[in-house]
Amino acid sequence: MTRAAVIRFPGSNCETETGRALEAAGIATTFVWHREADIRGVDLVVLPGGFSYGDYLRSGAIARFSPVMEAVRQHAAGGGAVFGICNGFQILCETGLLPGALMRNAGLTFVSRPIRVRVERTTTPFTSAYEEGAELVLPVAHGEGRFEASEEVRRQLEAEHCVVLRYVPGDNPNGSTADIAGISNAAGNIVGIMPHPERVAEAALGSSDGAGFFRSVASWTRVLKGVA
Amino acid sequence: MTFRVLVRVMPRAGLLDPEGQAVERALTELGFSEAAAVRMGRAVELSIEAESAADAERRAHAMCERLLANPVTEDFLVEVVTS
Repeated sequence: MTRAAVIRFPGSNCETETGRALEAAGIATTFVWHREADIRGVDLVVLPGGFSYGDYLRSGAIARFSPVMEAVRQHAAGGGAVFGICNGFQILCETGLLPGALMRNAGLTFVSRPIRVRVERTTTPFTSAYEEGAELVLPVAHGEGRFEASEEVRRQLEAEHCVVLRYVPGDNPNGSTADIAGISNAAGNIVGIMPHPERVAEAALGSSDGAGFFRSVASWTRVLKGVA
Repeated sequence: MTFRVLVRVMPRAGLLDPEGQAVERALTELGFSEAAAVRMGRAVELSIEAESAADAERRAHAMCERLLANPVTEDFLVEVVTS
């Protein structure tokens, strides 16, 4: 069975629903406290949404020094799947596992509403269940989601096809560069996105548009393990 | 010796600074129409135990590069204010 670790930082607040969405996709989920140094040989790691360390200094800036992050780095370096959602994406950027940074929203307001995004890369463990170009409606809830990177990094992201999710033009909630809502590393095993798929992962929540992220990684690890 | 160090971290020039813009608008509303190009950053004061002022400055520089500033979006200035 596929096994996931959802990391809990002080201030994480989306881990329970993230665990539920993983379980619904048939993934056994354990919650790992950020002080632990061992992620117990899981197949994938999820950094959930929330406000780790109260967003002090910068979102994600302090969480990156948690002991568990060394294990996450090693897991990622070995090709393991890592998924950062919202604050998890901010942590991945601060850690340097993903390039760029997430800055204060251009409109200066905290944005909490459903937005339309397009799936641009499906060759990642978290998006393989979607069709390229598929349009989803996913909720966002953040004050610092404006993706910024140097001109060189932006060119590289586009050239290596690392933009995973893009806000549908006209529905960019935060002034993000090139409407970027989520990116991956070149290999695709590390993915960070601002929207919250776990909040729309089953019909009872009003939509199951986000379930594909969790279904994707369930089948990705089955293939890796050679299990039909 | 103990040195008091002031670190200023500012959003990199050219990057959108919505907080600075909002404060500038508020200043204008209050009648301070002469205020322009407002930028919002962060100040950090700390004491550093070091051999010399230059050494304290070097250590503060390293702290900025590792934690206090984000190299992607921010610039910083280190000043040793007292010894």
